[in-house]
Amino acid sequence: MGLSWMAWTWPTAAFFIFIGLCFVAMSVWEYADPGGGPRHGILGLDTTRGDRLFISLLGSAFIFLAWLGLMGTPLWAPLALALVYAVCVFRWV
Amino acid sequence: MNKTHDNKAWLFVLPVVALVAFNAVIPLMTVVNYSVQETFGDNVFFWAGVTWFEQVLQSERFHDALLRQMFFTFSILAIEVPLGVAIALTMPRKGPWVPVCLVLMALPLLIPWNVVGAMWNIFALPDIGLLGRSLNALGFDYNFTRQPGDAWFTLILMDVWHWTSLVVLLAYAGLVSIPDAYYQAAKIDGARPFAIFRYIQLPKMKRVLTIAVLLRFMDSFMIYTELSVLTGGGPGNSTTLLSIDLVKIALGQFDLGPAAAMSLIYFLIILALSWVFYTLMMRNEQQ
Repeated sequence: MGLSWMAWTWPTAAFFIFIGLCFVAMSVWEYADPGGGPRHGILGLDTTRGDRLFISLLGSAFIFLAWLGLMGTPLWAPLALALVYAVCVFRWV
Repeated sequence: MNKTHDNKAWLFVLPVVALVAFNAVIPLMTVVNYSVQETFGDNVFFWAGVTWFEQVLQSERFHDALLRQMFFTFSILAIEVPLGVAIALTMPRKGPWVPVCLVLMALPLLIPWNVVGAMWNIFALPDIGLLGRSLNALGFDYNFTRQPGDAWFTLILMDVWHWTSLVVLLAYAGLVSIPDAYYQAAKIDGARPFAIFRYIQLPKMKRVLTIAVLLRFMDSFMIYTELSVLTGGGPGNSTTLLSIDLVKIALGQFDLGPAAAMSLIYFLIILALSWVFYTLMMRNEQQ
């Protein structure tokens, strides 16, 4: 049985490779600096690096969805917005 | 002191990783792949980009289903959680009636979901059902197959009947875990029943109630079987919640692309709301 039933495309494969690389990067980071970097951020939440990645990814998904729903394509602007958002989350949340 | 790290423990996690990969991650990846393509069957796919996401997000049909879903979820939470706590408070904590109450409470949870739907469908029929006939005999113009308001009333009543027990059992588990010493101390202080509830019982139930609210929240977002048997989303589209709409698109119209896009948006909404709920409740607990 091949993988044709999964209907892979290059963009979706790239998306999952990116997510996989995020996990690898987080593992390397954890290996280099164990403990998860816990802190009490500006939202009043106790977060670790993993939480911050989760918040970044979930928030980015909603940034893209909101843009698609309100403005439509192209998606360069929400991509930039999502990157800025992720940096802010990792810096302050 | 140097701790010994034994990484063999990771091997024990492997079966779970494999299981989750097969029943969750791989199907989810497939849905992501479907969501950016169009197919006419025969496993032939055409690239469609983010068209389906745009279409779903801008469609009034999706907005309406989402609003109905929110209305349903918050209505049943507003009824089931206080009602469940109230019932748990009135249940005996010692004596021969405890098992009787527990079994009675567990009964609705043991009934298969499609049977619950069928039961309530027949129960509420205006011409032969006990509920429907009684309401009409009392002078109400009740017909859940024709009037949207009646359909909603029946749907919420059915969900409350089916699932309040879960909240009751969880709240009850929280209540019985409170040691007698707390009540004795409250008695010595001359605390009124409401004070006992507010300062002893409610804080002790908080953790289980958090779980109850989360479970009911997620389950109500996924309600399909009972609703599909009871009203099938009708009359018209008045009780078409997200799951019913999704099945109509995926299986009724065989629009795999839009259905996949809608599934992903649906999944993200549940994920985000559950996370917000969980975080808020955990934060309150810490304070």
